[in-house]
Amino acid sequence: MTTRKIAFALATGTLALAACSKKAPEQLPPAPQQEGTTTPTPTATAPNNGPGTQQHFLQTVGQANTVIYFGLDQYNVDAEDQRILQTQAQYFSQYPNVTFTIEGHADERGTREYNLALGERRANAAKNYLVSVGIPANRIRTISYGKERPVAMGSNEQAWAQNRRAATVVIN
Amino acid sequence: MRTRPVRTRPVRIRSMRTSDMKTTIIAFAALLAAPAMAQTAPQNSSRDLGAPIPEGGEVETVEESQGLTGSVSFEGNLDDLGIAIPAFATDRDGPTPANSQGTAALGTELARVITSDLRNNGLFKPTGPDSLPRPTYPEITAPNFATWSNRGAEMLVQGYVRARGDGRLTIGCYLYDMQLRSELVREGWVVPPADWRRAAHKCADLVYSRLTGESPFFDSRIAYIAETGPKDNRTKRLAIMDSDGANHRFITTGQSTALTPRYSPDYRKLTYLSYVDGNPRIYVYDIGTGTQTLITQSANPTFAPRWSPDGRWILYSMAVGGNTDIYRVSANGGGRSEKLTDAPGIDIGGSYSPDGSRIVFESDRSGVQQCYVMNADGSNQRRISFGSARCATPEWSPRGDQIAFTNTSNFNVSVMSPGGGNVRQLTSGWQDEAPTWSPNGRIVQFFRTERNTGSTSLWQVDLTGENLRELPTPVDASDPAWGPILP
Repeated sequence: MTTRKIAFALATGTLALAACSKKAPEQLPPAPQQEGTTTPTPTATAPNNGPGTQQHFLQTVGQANTVIYFGLDQYNVDAEDQRILQTQAQYFSQYPNVTFTIEGHADERGTREYNLALGERRANAAKNYLVSVGIPANRIRTISYGKERPVAMGSNEQAWAQNRRAATVVIN
Repeated sequence: MRTRPVRTRPVRIRSMRTSDMKTTIIAFAALLAAPAMAQTAPQNSSRDLGAPIPEGGEVETVEESQGLTGSVSFEGNLDDLGIAIPAFATDRDGPTPANSQGTAALGTELARVITSDLRNNGLFKPTGPDSLPRPTYPEITAPNFATWSNRGAEMLVQGYVRARGDGRLTIGCYLYDMQLRSELVREGWVVPPADWRRAAHKCADLVYSRLTGESPFFDSRIAYIAETGPKDNRTKRLAIMDSDGANHRFITTGQSTALTPRYSPDYRKLTYLSYVDGNPRIYVYDIGTGTQTLITQSANPTFAPRWSPDGRWILYSMAVGGNTDIYRVSANGGGRSEKLTDAPGIDIGGSYSPDGSRIVFESDRSGVQQCYVMNADGSNQRRISFGSARCATPEWSPRGDQIAFTNTSNFNVSVMSPGGGNVRQLTSGWQDEAPTWSPNGRIVQFFRTERNTGSTSLWQVDLTGENLRELPTPVDASDPAWGPILP
């Protein structure tokens, strides 16, 4: 499978990239939250932890591979982002019935409305890459939360770097 | 059962002579209390809505001055202008739904509201009813100047409140120049008891306008977003209040995130962004019926709603494939949307010039956020902001002479001329954004975010950069939108 080959090929370069890149949050952000008014989060007690659940997605790809990060005011998908998205693409190729959502986010240092548009642009950048490696667009929903849902609470560069993100979640 | 007054056309009686102490009221369609219309079954999009709130009644002007005649004796700085505002008198202390202790107590409250308006505005030195003697009812139109002259006040505001047979209130307001010992202006209003504060705001507006030459602004309302909870799980509710923070009401319950409200020019509707269906979408909420509708049927996210000054159009921004552009749609719904911008990048927001002919908006087509002006049909787009400032959330002043914006280079609120010149920074918080204008274009309101905590609050500042103050709100507050003078 093409995506698998690319993923392996890029995996070696990832560590070096992480050290000097725009991102490199030292502690990993918690798992993406789901919209409170949509489907409830699958829980451990529920029997549904198989393919098509957020839990299964997380366990299979690893939490670090569910989120890509962006530079200040940027939305380009760089080499490290591509590696992460290819890992996701492998999963979604393996489970072709799973639909999913990409949540776009911005840091707090932007105006509210612009950040909503920026989050949408970031989510679409991730979506477009996944489509380019073979995931059908009709399986991917995007949503922007702008600066409304930070995962890092501080007001500093490190926190902002963690909040400029596109997080992939499986909502069934 | 909740009731609300039936809407009637406003009745205004113009051109009465100042000297005519007329109280004749033109036959007025009775403000019958009618049961609220049965609500339709709750729809998906309305599940975040609270119970409908009562609409305001009409305020009827029953006497009015003949414009600005005569001079004002005071020639110093208005900051130093002493204004005595004793309790409003009543002809007969009687019961009123506006105050459990009757019309005399209401007279004191009226003077307190006027005093608070004028003091918070920062332009005058008012003295309120709690430290002044109480004039009698006949003294309202014939002040005992000797009583007031040794209190150091240059101006005197007196008034009265009378309970009418139909349950409404007649409230009169008089401004006297102490040195000239003459009346400068007077006006009277008939208000439903629930709207008694509007008469006080109208009196404050009358005094403010007569002494400064500026247009009124106190009798107006503000829509905003009330915020509670921790930074990573904020509850954001649509809320409204009077310009002084009174009559505060929540519109949404907080189950879904609500953002960026705007009052319609007639105050009957609010447009805002809600995540109620799981996606960011723009709705129009009808205050009278308590129901809301989507402004456009689309699978794409919509942001940043704005009314045209005549209320006929709504601007909104929509992202298609990550590219955001500005659209225009009829406010009545059902019409086709017209795309006004098509540059690659984020074109968003928009604010009409007061005459509705032009729109100032924000775009990052140059690489960073800057402000542009276009004709109302989208033609003739040109950048107006240059230099070091990054320009976001531009808002055209109701007077037309200024555009307020967020400078996202250092997150302050600034103003500039409509051509982009004469940039002046008005604020310097850690993060100030989203300016909105007072109805008279003399005050800029905005919200301030605190570093680290993410705590938010509403602030306002004069166009001069002076008189910065925080507006009291029950909880944290953001996205203020100041409406025009109430109809």
